[in-house]
Amino acid sequence: MPPLNIQKGTSRHSAYDLRDPNIEAVERHTLAVLVDNEAGVLARVIGLFSGRGYNIDSLTVAEVDHEGHTSRITIVTTGTPAVIDQIKAQLGRIVPVHEVHDLTVEGPSVERELALFKVSGTGDKRVEALRLADIFRANVVDSTLESFIFEITGTPQKVDAFAELMQPLGLVEIARTGIAALARGGAG
Amino acid sequence: MTQAMTGAKMVVQALKDQGVDVIFGYPGGAVLPIYDEIFQQNDIRHILVRHEQGAVHAAEGYARSTGKPGVVLVTSGPGATNAVTGITDALMDSIPLVVLTGQVPTFMVGNDAFQEADTVGITRPCTKHNWLVKETDRLAETIHQGFHVATSGRPGPVLIDIPKDVQFATGTYIEPREATTKHYKPKVKGDREMIERLVEAMESAERPIFYTGGGVINSGDAATQLLRELVDATGFPITSTLMGLGAYPASGEHWLGMLGMHGLYEANLAMHDCDLMINIGARFDDRITGRVADFSPNSVKAHIDIDPSSINKTIRAEIPIVGDVAHVLEDALRIWKSRGRKTNKEGLMKWWAQIEAWKTVECLKYKGSDKVIKPQYAVQRLEALTKHRADRFICTEVGQHQMWAAQYLGFDAPNHWMTSGGLGTMGYGFPASIGVQVAHPDALVINVAGEGSWLMNMQEMGTASQYRLPVKQFILNNERLGMVRQWQTLLHGGRHSHSWSEALPDFVKLAESFGWKGIKCDDPADLDDAIQEMLDYDGPVLFDCLVEKHENCFPMIPSGEPHNKMLLGEDSGEGAIQAGGAVLV
Repeated sequence: MPPLNIQKGTSRHSAYDLRDPNIEAVERHTLAVLVDNEAGVLARVIGLFSGRGYNIDSLTVAEVDHEGHTSRITIVTTGTPAVIDQIKAQLGRIVPVHEVHDLTVEGPSVERELALFKVSGTGDKRVEALRLADIFRANVVDSTLESFIFEITGTPQKVDAFAELMQPLGLVEIARTGIAALARGGAG
Repeated sequence: MTQAMTGAKMVVQALKDQGVDVIFGYPGGAVLPIYDEIFQQNDIRHILVRHEQGAVHAAEGYARSTGKPGVVLVTSGPGATNAVTGITDALMDSIPLVVLTGQVPTFMVGNDAFQEADTVGITRPCTKHNWLVKETDRLAETIHQGFHVATSGRPGPVLIDIPKDVQFATGTYIEPREATTKHYKPKVKGDREMIERLVEAMESAERPIFYTGGGVINSGDAATQLLRELVDATGFPITSTLMGLGAYPASGEHWLGMLGMHGLYEANLAMHDCDLMINIGARFDDRITGRVADFSPNSVKAHIDIDPSSINKTIRAEIPIVGDVAHVLEDALRIWKSRGRKTNKEGLMKWWAQIEAWKTVECLKYKGSDKVIKPQYAVQRLEALTKHRADRFICTEVGQHQMWAAQYLGFDAPNHWMTSGGLGTMGYGFPASIGVQVAHPDALVINVAGEGSWLMNMQEMGTASQYRLPVKQFILNNERLGMVRQWQTLLHGGRHSHSWSEALPDFVKLAESFGWKGIKCDDPADLDDAIQEMLDYDGPVLFDCLVEKHENCFPMIPSGEPHNKMLLGEDSGEGAIQAGGAVLV
């Protein structure tokens, strides 16, 4: 028998699917999922992603309605349009999931992320870090004689750009919250 | 009416209020309070199985043959983990089950207590939904919600994990109608515009085909009736998946037989060549589609499914309709009639002529023998001697015998065919037949089995004996794991690695040791009499039917091939499957 020449990932949807999954372009989508804040609900959502081989780029979750006990999960995921559709359909059939919104296609939306940066250094580097932080409207939330912790809020791109600038200036570590996102306009 | 009672009493009360008449279970430390309540009442019958997997499959058999949810009660830890295979089986085949598991007391959860397992964690991906109930006040409502979730929309198994202290504590009981079912209300009505598009497509199609699945049966009797009316009124051919057999009668004039990997030649070729495919309650499973890229390349596809995630999962549907089969078919039929009952008569005539030509291939033909019993012959004789009985229920295990049963047995009614489709669980059929017999005490319940599968849950012999369940176990014994062997022949160079059954029991003696009747038959000339003896016996029978050891199951769509590249019996042999297909299952 000749050696098998089956590429990784080619049987993603079905044992018989020999399509090249890379033919369709991969897209990045931000999903907002409203769920009952009951035990295990986050495990159901992320278990769905791991069990079916979907990607999670970023995930944020917190209770947003304390009386109704509902939480909002914001997920940034990547996949072909067919996979994105399937992710939404699969999320929709989880029993405690109330609503699934694809903010990427449902109109304009705003995305924000909060990050903390610890930058360590003295002399010119320290001065330069503080100056750049000011330009990026980052706040100093902790300071020692050799270090700062900056708090920055913005789009993931802004946070990435700030991280790049801090790298040569003594960046020690970063904590990022992941994305919170809302559709623009007055409707809920 | 609300009233105070212990959690254990609530469980029994909630089951009664849900109309449950029988549960399948096995006691243990963490469910003792519930068993104590069961002991003190007579409304709910408890069937003691011999292994928790058997309890779940029995509940599946009960559910499939009645259309009601099956109920299982097992203990914590190993009781729950033993149930996992059955629960997964029910999820894959959309069978409504309510599984109640005991759990260590809440104050010990997370301490690695004796017989503790993270049951809701383990079963989260294999249930439709599950709950860990931490307060007795929440117990009754949770059980009622469990029944609602298990039976609405696309049915499936739910699990409710009940710590022992919650069973002992007292709380307030509420009745089913007082329980909130929250927002879980799947859409049953199909989109009118899409249904109109389907009707338009039906009016002009030259080569239409109905491709139906288990969803029709799950939708209920109305769906079956509407499907039959629609098929007979339009005159379109109809094929079905393994799960959907019986929704349209096998004796019906538009029936093509089962489709799929071991489906009939005419059914698969009709699927490949059709110009309109109407999928009703099936999910384009990989056993059906073969190579996705070449699946029915020239057809418009309509897909009716209550689960939105089934639509466009593997096959793009031009006419997607999310809704319950009965609701959608009712609308479709009404619209089609109101528009004048049009079909493309000329196209249909040519289409049927083509189908008749395919039928002449006689794909189920096999080489007969008067020396050894051919497995196909055994199933054909079973059919001939039992098909007149409307109360015949057939279960199967998984493997070659299952496919032969699907090919050679005819089902004229839904809910009379119980088989593990999605998960392919060896060991399913015997306990399932017990569940069917419990639900239908006077019916003829036959499990067509292979000896390999049957041995996987043979401990349930004791259950059948204890409850005097006259199940007939019809074992096609080839002393081989036939389907494994067949694949090894076709794509592993005939190296039959571990695919034979060494050290088989003497099935007749085994039967007798449990107080059953044992019958052994190895001569085709004796077969009819032996089958009749099995049917006439008032009690459980273990029928050891020694069949040809090296028979392969055809027709077959080899892995990685499209529908029009089927293997028929005569061109089988080593190397029949290409290298690319070998990686597939």
